Amino acid sequence: MVNRKFIPLIVTCCLFFLLFGIGSIQFESFGTSRVFFNLLTDNAFLIIAAVGMTFVILSGGIDLSVGAVIALTGVISSVLISQYNWHPLAVFPFVLLLGTGFGAAMGALIYFYKLQPFIVTLAGMFLARGLASVISEESIPITHEFYDAVSMFGFELPGGAWIGTSTIICLLVLIAAIVVAHYTRFGGRVYALGGDNNSAALMGVPLASTTISIYATSSFLATLSGIVYSFYTFSGYSLAAVGVELDAIAAVVIGGTLLTGGYGYVIGTLVGVLIMGVVQTYISFDGTLSSWWTKIVIGILLFCFIAMQRVLSRGR
Amino acid sequence: MNAFLSNPQLRRYLWPVAGLLLLLLINLIISPEFFNLTFKDGRFYGSLIDVLNRAAPIALLAIGMTLVIATGGVDLSVGSVMAIAGAVSAYLIVSGVDSLTVIIAGGLAAGLVGGMINGLLVGYMNIQPIVATLILMVAGRGVAQLINEGQIVTFQHEAFSFLGTGYFLGLPFPIILVIITFVLVQLLMRRTALGLYVEAVGANASASRYLGINARAIKLSVYCLAGLCAALAGMIAAADIKGSDANNAGLWLELDAILAVVIGGASLMGGRFSLVLSIIGALIIQTLTVTIIMSGIPPKFNLLIKASAIILVLLMQSPRFQQQLSSLMLWRKRHG
Repeated sequence: MVNRKFIPLIVTCCLFFLLFGIGSIQFESFGTSRVFFNLLTDNAFLIIAAVGMTFVILSGGIDLSVGAVIALTGVISSVLISQYNWHPLAVFPFVLLLGTGFGAAMGALIYFYKLQPFIVTLAGMFLARGLASVISEESIPITHEFYDAVSMFGFELPGGAWIGTSTIICLLVLIAAIVVAHYTRFGGRVYALGGDNNSAALMGVPLASTTISIYATSSFLATLSGIVYSFYTFSGYSLAAVGVELDAIAAVVIGGTLLTGGYGYVIGTLVGVLIMGVVQTYISFDGTLSSWWTKIVIGILLFCFIAMQRVLSRGR
Repeated sequence: MNAFLSNPQLRRYLWPVAGLLLLLLINLIISPEFFNLTFKDGRFYGSLIDVLNRAAPIALLAIGMTLVIATGGVDLSVGSVMAIAGAVSAYLIVSGVDSLTVIIAGGLAAGLVGGMINGLLVGYMNIQPIVATLILMVAGRGVAQLINEGQIVTFQHEAFSFLGTGYFLGLPFPIILVIITFVLVQLLMRRTALGLYVEAVGANASASRYLGINARAIKLSVYCLAGLCAALAGMIAAADIKGSDANNAGLWLELDAILAVVIGGASLMGGRFSLVLSIIGALIIQTLTVTIIMSGIPPKFNLLIKASAIILVLLMQSPRFQQQLSSLMLWRKRHG
């Protein structure tokens, strides 16, 4: 008998293989390693952001500022690189520090003033987008040999699949997140917080530092996601990545993490993003289906997974 | 004045009303002609009328959102429902329906269906409101685009356009619609026991169930009402531009509606609500936007100022911050 707690994760994985299988049967070039690794490459920034979101949702919170932080990161980096001639390697630690501070500030507001995560991160979203558009309303191109080198870097797998910088960063983040979530004290505290706030406090979980660290982690990863995003676009734009927070939340839910917190796996989030990617790839392969079907299918998937979570948690 | 302040009912009105008055005062200083009202060809003209007219969609959404938030929920899908309702009425007009009743009924029906989906998910399946309504927020825009077949559908229908651009009793028709909706909902809530039930469900869902209140049905009905309000707002938006744009109709308006309710002083945890305060909140948001434009600050600062305003309002509402503030005052009194 399979352990009950793995059911959502197993369903998610089966669904991915089912969708990928359907695509492979219908289209000749669908079931190749190239298509699979392209899913990783195209969605690397989303995976990184969604991993951050996983920690927040595991703790019972939500972070709506992710997309805005991605855009703000792009704008600040491109201004520093293109207008102030900073080297990208100096810019990245700087923006990562800023991003982490931004998340920590949101976490502090949430913990110390007992405000709802939803409304605080909403304000954070406005603040980040607002700052980005104040810095520049136009898209700023990034031209730097470091960026050219980054886009050239990578190696080819047998079968024509390409592993680039974004994919490598995304896989490293994934491994680190799995270790942190499941094998460190901080990870345990995140789960405890999501299970029950009061019990966690009684168990001796330091609520203040844990809450602040969770939102700092989410914003740190959103900033990293913004850096990776700029590797695709070679620019920074204040209206970039609109709605990525929703994609990230959807990926976490489809990945089997319980929205009330305390239950779920980081690896599920990866599969969640991949499922959304497969739907998109299928629609672009088909050609007759229009792009808005992506939104509808993701909505239906979201519904099915939430309904399944209900049934499973009722049975417990 | 002290009697006024010690009355908790009236005290709730103090901050939102003071905020709105402050904004109006700033406008008066920046440009005195802000308050000019002219009456020409049977219509009122002026910046104030403009603010009211532009605030109409947010105010309509805020009316529905107030009730949803009062039950301890939130509705993220209202922007998408606006897009769907606009798309449905545009579809009906383009496919040759001429009867205004049918067109409006079609739009409202779309809103009702959306609200029912949300209400069933939240009330009967006990799914967290943020997530339940997120589904329709994501899928809804897809549905609207499906109805429009990915195009921006434009139409010519004089009677329908009246919803967005007409004048009645000298006022733009959207303002009239807000007033009618407000009066109807207010009567429904305060002249029947429904309002009390809504507040009871928000204050303590399980206690209200022991009282014999059907909490599920109450939740279903407030989400339906929010859907109807959103549909009306969506039709106004469509009538205003004589077209349905599934991508941009009502985009981010759900956030403005939630803000309007929060600025009005309602707790996101549910409980007591006031429609008047939420409408004042909607007016504050719109006046703030106009003030930023009038004061010559580039519109790109819009979001930044809005974000600072939200954080300030949230902090003012937090008991801990109030405590810190008053102890700071005491400290300064002792040492200053």
